[in-house]
Amino acid sequence: MHIKWKSGGLLLGLVFFLAVALVKPIGVSTQFVILDGVLWDAIAPSVVSETDSGYTSTNAYLAKSGGKYAASVADPLNYSFVFVLAMMVGAALSVWQRGGLDASERSIPALWRANFGDGTFKRYAVAFLGGFAVLYGARLAGGCTSGHMMSGMMQTALSGYIFAAGAFAAAIPVALMMYKQEA
Amino acid sequence: MTSILLATLIGAAFGAVLDRIGATNPNLIGKMLNLTNTHLMKTILLAIGTGSILMFGGQMMGLVDVGHMSVKATYVGVFLGGLLLGAGWAVSGYCPGTGVCAAASGRKDALFFVAGGLLGAAAYMATYPAWKASGLLTDIAGGKVTMGEIPASGYDAVTSLPGDILGIALGAVFVLVAFLLPERIVPDHVIGHPAE
Repeated sequence: MHIKWKSGGLLLGLVFFLAVALVKPIGVSTQFVILDGVLWDAIAPSVVSETDSGYTSTNAYLAKSGGKYAASVADPLNYSFVFVLAMMVGAALSVWQRGGLDASERSIPALWRANFGDGTFKRYAVAFLGGFAVLYGARLAGGCTSGHMMSGMMQTALSGYIFAAGAFAAAIPVALMMYKQEA
Repeated sequence: MTSILLATLIGAAFGAVLDRIGATNPNLIGKMLNLTNTHLMKTILLAIGTGSILMFGGQMMGLVDVGHMSVKATYVGVFLGGLLLGAGWAVSGYCPGTGVCAAASGRKDALFFVAGGLLGAAAYMATYPAWKASGLLTDIAGGKVTMGEIPASGYDAVTSLPGDILGIALGAVFVLVAFLLPERIVPDHVIGHPAE
């Protein structure tokens, strides 16, 4: 099953340290924008275009900060995008190595089941809406749990503390209201 | 090429560790956030402390390049976005990184989370000009600032304290809080057990 918090915390801290020592702090949520951009650009190739000094986009968000997101959309085989793909492979291998998840857990997590029953439609609809809120919020904040909360507070960034305060101020009351039955 | 290799190695290690500590498990996220099992919170606090002590210690010894730091800006939207992310995190049990890892681990609800996430990110791309015009993305409190002054980082500081020593001290506080935090914060009777 899962490892104890002492060894787990040291391992996770080591990964965050290695990332900043060797390359840069870990972040994930930007890559949702990059994948959106790649998909959009595949349908409408005029979204991202090359300029004399780099890339730009007809979308103001992709074009911001000198077109750095537009550049990543044009070449998704970059560090940050490959990093997220590698995370998925690492997590999948880790789950497989420890014997995989059982079918009921793959379908609906136990805590959800204890509080809201076995209906898959309700769980998947809420997971979808939750995903929408999480990524909209992460992009508004300029980072997520990895980039703001962990990498940010690790670097003593003021923004990381403000983000964490906001995230827990909403997450704890919502969880207290939703998960009244223990599993 | 080196950067792709590093992305593969560090990314895979990060994904594997997220699985092993239980961060990709929405049950443990829910139990952390409803304060019935703080195991994952202790893990996260210890990780932030460990990372901070190693990074600032490494910088002081000249082993870690200060230029690798990347401090994000402070603006009102950081707090608002944090609130929105927190609510979505609690209802779904996933954040962006753990969501993609859970989806890759075979959790079907995480696939819906990722799909919703792609739509949410697209919605932000579409509405970004309105946020920009609202002024809520404008820097406050100095923008990209750290708690103390970090030599050669190029970032301004909230205080005039030495940033690397402060970073190690704050890291130690995170480690201490990880040890002191009770395993369960709400008493048993607040959250009812399922009827037998």
